[in-house]
Amino acid sequence: MIPAKFDYVRPSSVGDAVSALAGGGEDAKVIAGGQSLLPLLRLRLAYPELLVDIGGLDELCGVTDDGDHLLIGARTTHYQLVHDPLITEHCGLLAQAAGTVADPAVRHRGTLGGSIAHADPAGDLPAVVLALDATMIATGPAGGREIPAGEFFVDYLTTALAPGEILTGIRVPKLGADWGYRYEKFHRTAQAWAIVGVAALVRRSDGHVAEARVGLTNMGSVPIRAAAVETAAAGAQASPEALREAAAGADEGTQPPADLHGAPDYRRHLARVLTGRALEAAAGV
Amino acid sequence: MTATVDAPTAELGKARLRKEDAKLLTGQTNWTDNIKLTGMLHLAFLRSPYAHAKITRVDVSGALGQPGVIAAFSGADFAAEQGSLPCAWPVTPDIVIPPHPPMAVDEVRYVGEAVAVVVARDRYAAADALASIDVDYEPLPPVLDIRTALDPGSPKVHEAGNKSYEWVFANGDVDAAFSDAPVVLERTYRQQRLIPCAMEPRAVVAQWVGDEVTLWSATQIPHVLRFALSAFFGIPEQNVRVIAPDVGGGFGSKLQVTAEEVLAVLIGRKIGKPVKWAETRTEGNLTVHHGRDQWQQIKIAAEADGRIRGLSVDLLADMGAYLMLVTPGVPLLGAFMFPAIYKMDAYSFKCTGVFSTKMPTDAYRGAGRPEATFAIERIMDELAAELGIEPLELRERNWIKHEEFPYTTICGLTYDSGNYEAATAKARELFDYDGLRAEQRLRNERGDKVRLGIGISTFTEMCGLAPSRVLGSLSYGAGGWEHAAIRMLPTGKVEVVTGSSAHGQGHETAWSQIVADQLGVPFEDIRVLHGDTQVSPKGMDTYGSRSLAVGGLALVSACDKVVAKAKIIAAAMLEASADDLEFSAGRFSVRGDPEASKTIQEVALATFAAHALPEGVEPSLDSDATYDPDNFSFPHGTHLCATEVDTETGFVHIRSYVAVDDVGVVVNPLIVEGQVHGGIAQGIAQALYEEGVYDEAGNLVTTTLADYLVPSAADLPSYRTERTTTPASNRLGVKGVGEAGTIASTPAVVNAIVDALRPLGVQDVTMPCTPERVWRAIQAAHGQPAQGQPAQGSEQSGGMA
Ligand SMILES: Cc1cc2nc3c(=O)[nH]c(=O)nc-3n(C[C@H](O)[C@H](O)[C@H](O)COP(=O)(O)OP(=O)(O)OC[C@H]3O[C@@H](n4cnc5c(N)ncnc54)[C@H](O)[C@@H]3O)c2cc1C
Repeated sequence: MIPAKFDYVRPSSVGDAVSALAGGGEDAKVIAGGQSLLPLLRLRLAYPELLVDIGGLDELCGVTDDGDHLLIGARTTHYQLVHDPLITEHCGLLAQAAGTVADPAVRHRGTLGGSIAHADPAGDLPAVVLALDATMIATGPAGGREIPAGEFFVDYLTTALAPGEILTGIRVPKLGADWGYRYEKFHRTAQAWAIVGVAALVRRSDGHVAEARVGLTNMGSVPIRAAAVETAAAGAQASPEALREAAAGADEGTQPPADLHGAPDYRRHLARVLTGRALEAAAGV
Repeated sequence: MTATVDAPTAELGKARLRKEDAKLLTGQTNWTDNIKLTGMLHLAFLRSPYAHAKITRVDVSGALGQPGVIAAFSGADFAAEQGSLPCAWPVTPDIVIPPHPPMAVDEVRYVGEAVAVVVARDRYAAADALASIDVDYEPLPPVLDIRTALDPGSPKVHEAGNKSYEWVFANGDVDAAFSDAPVVLERTYRQQRLIPCAMEPRAVVAQWVGDEVTLWSATQIPHVLRFALSAFFGIPEQNVRVIAPDVGGGFGSKLQVTAEEVLAVLIGRKIGKPVKWAETRTEGNLTVHHGRDQWQQIKIAAEADGRIRGLSVDLLADMGAYLMLVTPGVPLLGAFMFPAIYKMDAYSFKCTGVFSTKMPTDAYRGAGRPEATFAIERIMDELAAELGIEPLELRERNWIKHEEFPYTTICGLTYDSGNYEAATAKARELFDYDGLRAEQRLRNERGDKVRLGIGISTFTEMCGLAPSRVLGSLSYGAGGWEHAAIRMLPTGKVEVVTGSSAHGQGHETAWSQIVADQLGVPFEDIRVLHGDTQVSPKGMDTYGSRSLAVGGLALVSACDKVVAKAKIIAAAMLEASADDLEFSAGRFSVRGDPEASKTIQEVALATFAAHALPEGVEPSLDSDATYDPDNFSFPHGTHLCATEVDTETGFVHIRSYVAVDDVGVVVNPLIVEGQVHGGIAQGIAQALYEEGVYDEAGNLVTTTLADYLVPSAADLPSYRTERTTTPASNRLGVKGVGEAGTIASTPAVVNAIVDALRPLGVQDVTMPCTPERVWRAIQAAHGQPAQGQPAQGSEQSGGMA
């Protein structure tokens, strides 16, 4: 695991980071926690010539209350997501999912921004921010812009970020007390990636599901919303039977990968089972 | 026999914290990769991307111009001197042992085989320059499935064909046992390929000074390696020093004479500078020897009451591309273990060693015995199901009763001691066997989505490798003795030298405890030295759970010699006759006159001064002893595992795990506990998680730990462990424990999974029992009974329904 040569800078402001990145062109990359990038470097699957370390940018760390939203800095670590009281109160799904990422060592270094910018469809947080209807906030040479989660994940390991753009944070709408949530992660060992993951949010009213949002991990080249389930669940009775029935369409429109841990048909089956379970848990039934 | 054996023992059985750990935990470890020598250069190997190909051209010149590069070589550059990596176990007279050059010259036979090497000032420069080497390959067809590799039309791994050997053993009238037997069951089990993942990757440093070479290596076998370097690579033995510094685990994977060790020595000589190589984890997965990889056909014949009449085993064992140090012998270590703890009239065994274009296989924790134990314990459960007999009851009807020891098995092994009843009774109780069976029935009746299964493994194994005469009769190339030496220092402290080269086992602690008792000196006053052929010149090293059962006894014998000599000197000091002295707790005293005594430390100082030694006694208090065991050691135990199997997803959760092991007398319970825990984890890993997978082109797919899943503490249950103690028939009463957990646990887990799913019609799940495989097994057995409808029968009636 011996990376090829690269240059390294550690800017002290977002502005400097953006210029360093722009100066490095195609061959420059941001490094945050390094938990996804370093393995690629060490396996020589990536050969950036310049690493722009945003590890010194403290302004990208932490969670702030922004009225009906939370603003979460891109450098906020998985560990912080798990333990931040604002997150727990207003979007517990994110804390729950972050707690399933890898192991404590990775959670202490890996960041929310890195997870999202890396856009690994097997990563747990992309499907979660998708289900949360979050908005990505980016800064580039041309200034800042906001990208809704639904438009952010473009393809396998590819996002809507332009070269030279840095993800500075994400904005997550607060969820009221009538929302329940559940991240169902299915993996073979505690440290392993999800074979399939399901992020479910359910708003209940009068024994019925008023609204459901479901994000799927590792069911295609990008994280996806299980639209058929969301439609079927809306208005359904909040009962195990009804929710399982709604979950039957979880794999509609997906293109699950095939690898050592599961063939596509198995993943489709898992998506249905896990979606049912996630909806039940989120609906509290 | 010394008096101390009967004396109350102070140290034996104490849960001493390990002497090794402070250093390990505070990062003061001297790993091979930490060694830095002046002028040291670094090696990077270019490895074959093909499973099988002719090498038509290698051009290393491009690498030579790269920054920091000092030299680059291809296999042709070593052709005259590299010889062939040794295979020490030609199991049959007509075995095919193909030449195995450390660096491929004209053909590669597995992905990862070394084809060129760069020598550079640092490992980054060395790795960078690999891209500048040109190799032309002419691909040849790979051989990936040993079940078809012996077909006439199959492509060949070696010119001589794909068969390496066929080894057979039979005792009793097998035909009679099978003909007209009321029940005959036949099963095929798959022992998947495993990749050893020692915490410390392999690393080598070679340094030549004049005509002497020192090789530091993360090896289990410094002595064997020294012998091999001189016997097979022409370096005079007196000029070779091998050092195994701190070594971070091996599990058999460092019981090898590797290509990289030999090449580092040859390159160091060519260049005249010290060289280092340390593998990456990916390189390790590709090229550390792999384990297991067998197809097992097992047939059992029994009476209607479950009594076993006969057993017949036909193995196909994947050798990989070449035979390495003990590759062909591994299945033979299993040959004697299929009958396990059971009595029977007849047994036949056949093993065919087959070549494939994969990394060679060789010893991996348990080496042959886990495979055998798996097959027999799996088929015992199948037999129980077939006959409708409670599976523990079936085992008891067949096992050797405690009053029958010593017992000679159908394989001709004499089990010296054991008490299967006692271990099983204890395990049953700890596990709440009856309670879990009741819960299982209830859940089956309810048709629960999550089923409960109970898995049994009443295992034994043969370890303490090994009586030299037995090794000779099996055509092994060396003996099985071990060496120990004691040096009493003038101040009464003790240096202990052991030929058993520890790499995580805790020898420094356990050996100190044994010597403390034998010599009556404080535990803290003892230093244990090992792992350097200049410090410990003789030894057979560490594998096969042999250190204590063989090396520990050499130690006792070395202590005897010191005590015997010290007694003569003490007698002179006390002006008494040696015959009138007794030795207890470190003190020689005149029988009947306890006031008249000398401690062994006083004797040591007097020996050093040498002012008044008796006539003809040399002024030294040292000893040397080798011990050759006259039998193997046979630890045994009963492991019980309860799994909950999610029938919707196939996920297996181990709910509880009980291990009652009988490893004889225990020197240090903490160390034994550690071995049992780690061993069980490694066996569970085979049952549920690990598999080395090659794709249809012969590429290894599991090159990282993201694909080759090794479980961590988070995935494993809290084991409940207990022991029973039937002392072995050696002077310490000790048996081996290094492999027992691994041997026992794999079948316990798989039996539990199948037991959970038998009411659904599942008869087997191939290892590793991944959720997907479990789910597919359920699907193939036509899935669950309709909701709410009670499942048919209980877990024991599958075969009868
Ligand atoms: C052993 C192991 C197991 C893991 N298991 C899981 C798992 O189960 N589930 C899971 O979700 N993840 C898992 N991960 C990945 C982990 O979550 C990573 O932390 C995360 O994917 C990347 O975050 P990072 O801060 O480390 O990013 P880095 O590795 O530093 O960067 C990743 C990518 O994102 C880019 N990037 C990072 N930050 C920014 C930014 N602010 N703006 C623009 N681009 C940026 C980088 O250029 C790079 O391309 C695992 C990692 C390891 C090492």
